[in-house]
Amino acid sequence: MISEEQNFMRKIEAEEKIEPKDWMPDQYRKNLIRQISQHAHSEVIGMQPEGNYITRAPSLRRKAVLISKVQDEAGHGLYLYSAAETLGISRAEMIEQLQSGKAKYSSIFNYPVLTWADIAAIGWLVDGAAIVNQVSLQRTSYGPYSRGMIRICKEESFHQRQGYEAMLSLAKGSAGQKAMAQDALNRFYWPALMMFGPHDSESAHSQKSMEWKIKRETNDDLRQKFIDQTVEQIEVLGLDHPDKGIKWNEERGHYDSSDLNWDEFWSVINGNGHCNRQRVEHHVAAHDEGEWVRDAITAYNSKKNNKKNANQTKQVA
Amino acid sequence: MAIEKLELFEVFIRSKRGLDHKHVGSLHAEDHAQALEYARDCYTRRSEGVSIWVVKSSDICASQEDDADCFYDPSDDKPYRHATYYVLPEPVNNM
Repeated sequence: MISEEQNFMRKIEAEEKIEPKDWMPDQYRKNLIRQISQHAHSEVIGMQPEGNYITRAPSLRRKAVLISKVQDEAGHGLYLYSAAETLGISRAEMIEQLQSGKAKYSSIFNYPVLTWADIAAIGWLVDGAAIVNQVSLQRTSYGPYSRGMIRICKEESFHQRQGYEAMLSLAKGSAGQKAMAQDALNRFYWPALMMFGPHDSESAHSQKSMEWKIKRETNDDLRQKFIDQTVEQIEVLGLDHPDKGIKWNEERGHYDSSDLNWDEFWSVINGNGHCNRQRVEHHVAAHDEGEWVRDAITAYNSKKNNKKNANQTKQVA
Repeated sequence: MAIEKLELFEVFIRSKRGLDHKHVGSLHAEDHAQALEYARDCYTRRSEGVSIWVVKSSDICASQEDDADCFYDPSDDKPYRHATYYVLPEPVNNM
């Protein structure tokens, strides 16, 4: 007779998925709730900077595309909240954790979005980095998370392509447009690299999450993948690479690159980015403004139930 | 008890860990517990699954085939929701 823990590890080692009603170590559950809810919060908070540009998109086509993208992000937030809920945490608890600052979301959304070119760069770089991470997470050991990732990856590829296309239009446009594109690239390249999290050696939760196959590739390996794929994309745009230290390393088969500004990374994570307060305040305000809708649903339901009960009483009488 | 008096249940089977439960059919049963046993006997005689869901058919709220137009039509004029809509230069087209 093997123990529950041994049986759990047997499944993990055999690449079998863990499903909601299976026994799992408390810490596995906690790590998953933290990671999936953080992922969900990122999808939802990520709607703010892009939503701000819907009225300012430069053409009807770009506007329609942006609306579709923001709609997708809301959907992705929903898939992920639902996956986290299978682990026994409620939606209300997760939202409370986001609003109190206990739960994090991707630090990239704490950077200000200054021009339309930033929106193009976000689609291309931020969604691009997210896709690298999410493709890897399709193989995560928790079934509902894995299935959510597969669905999200299928929908997400348009996000990066529309961003790159918008970037290409600017880069091939007037001198002023090209300068805007370069400026957006310069500002968003580094925070996009930071999306993969701290170095493996500094990452508090990485080792156990790798052992349990919640994460399948390390932060640094995923970051390297993104660095490698982005070099040619910058060349095709005809823009300058923001990293002057970028250099092909024949021996490694990868690009070498400059180290990131980790002080900035930790500072933004800890709440001191340009937009941290604003993003959470906006979320709280939007949630509060929606209170009357939730009240109306509750009122309607009790009205319906009262009616049903009254009818039943009538029949009995 | 006449079979008409029994409730109708829909049966969903997860064939393998990691996959979604998939609808496989329906059956009549007295209650959930019995439906689960019947489903096991009926739909997993050859180890077709690792997990079974049974749901009362009357609890399923389904869209109607006749509603398909107004449900799905709006998607047809939004080709930009597809990745293939965006034409990119060859060297970066695999993004």
